[in-house]
Amino acid sequence: MHEETVYEALDHAHGGEGQWAFGTGFDEPLAGVDTTVPAGIDPADLGAYCLMLGDDALVLCQRLTQWVTAAPELEEEVALANCGLDLLGQARLLLARAGSVGVLGRSRALATDSIPDEDALAYFRDADEFRNSLLVEAPNGDFGQTVVRLLVASTWRLALFARLRGSRDPVLAAIAAKGVPELTYHRDHAARWVLRLGDGTPESHRRTQAGVDAVWPLLADLFTATDVETRLTAAGVAVDPADVRDEVRDVLTTVLERATLTVPGWPEEQPSRGRAGRHGPELTALLADLQGLAREHPAATW
Amino acid sequence: MSDVTAEGGHGAVPTGPEIPVEPKASTARRDWPLYEVFVRGKRGLNHVHVGSLHAPDDEMAVHAARDLYTRRNEGVSIWVVRAADITASSPDEKDPMFAPSGDKVYRHPTFYEIPDDVPHM
Repeated sequence: MHEETVYEALDHAHGGEGQWAFGTGFDEPLAGVDTTVPAGIDPADLGAYCLMLGDDALVLCQRLTQWVTAAPELEEEVALANCGLDLLGQARLLLARAGSVGVLGRSRALATDSIPDEDALAYFRDADEFRNSLLVEAPNGDFGQTVVRLLVASTWRLALFARLRGSRDPVLAAIAAKGVPELTYHRDHAARWVLRLGDGTPESHRRTQAGVDAVWPLLADLFTATDVETRLTAAGVAVDPADVRDEVRDVLTTVLERATLTVPGWPEEQPSRGRAGRHGPELTALLADLQGLAREHPAATW
Repeated sequence: MSDVTAEGGHGAVPTGPEIPVEPKASTARRDWPLYEVFVRGKRGLNHVHVGSLHAPDDEMAVHAARDLYTRRNEGVSIWVVRAADITASSPDEKDPMFAPSGDKVYRHPTFYEIPDDVPHM
């Protein structure tokens, strides 16, 4: 049978109810996954680790969605928003996992009971309770800097998630398995732009190089394991961020060199400020945007 | 390669000091070519036209098509082609092109009896 349009075919495949656009035919990422915490693992550590990875995704999603209504072209606006939505999906699963093992910080004191854990964690924690890296909270800068940051962040997260697919925590492993194709696409999309802008006009080259120079120092925040990460790595749950350093450096160097950009010297690594909750004023401003509505109208729906 | 600069949106209001705004960007930007997008759905046999988009080059057009037209599980394969590369029949030639087939019922295989166990007819 040949349908008139792919949309009709899709409708047909979903019983002809005409509602495929509202989310039918999608896979439940955690279907059939055992959610018990594996033996010998401290739930507090597991939750803290999920917060780190979840907050990275949530904050970078918010940065990407700041381009909506402001991107250079409508097509690119949708592309950046799609990347953001992928990250939001990862954040929801990770924050829900943190909540399910009891890591909720002060959020529950502020959020009403009807608000689910992942929303409480997203909307009712202050900046000092966020565990995202400094890489994702830095302001967007111009479009060149935005795609450079997306390239760095997705390269790093993809390297991490590829390894986390083998985590002893089945939920983390499932979240990572879902995230790998998404992050592969983000990295590919960002790399295409970096190649075109770096090897484009003198102006696009200059601005993209400036973006590289602005983003590079933030790499210092990524590769030193916290105590939580060290303990969970030993337990087979987490990945030591130092283990992905070489892969990240190789990928970034390859892309930047092909884009005729200068690769800055590797920054001096230091214990992560972001993972310790020591953030810049930019995160506070970002959270004011992200959380304002939920805090003013708790449990609002529309 | 087009210059890519933010110019504060498509008529929407930029918010906050962090949204980069380029006052002179519109003079620097060249228009991206128009592409037509064809998607083959999961159950469809052919690629069918779903819409169009602007992109700086062919590769980015495929990427943009993925983001614009297959976000909700619609497709398994995408074709893009520059709209300028499509040769179309002209509306002025509608009658010479298509009218002659209107009264030739014998071109349709309607005079055969189709056995019940032949599917997809």
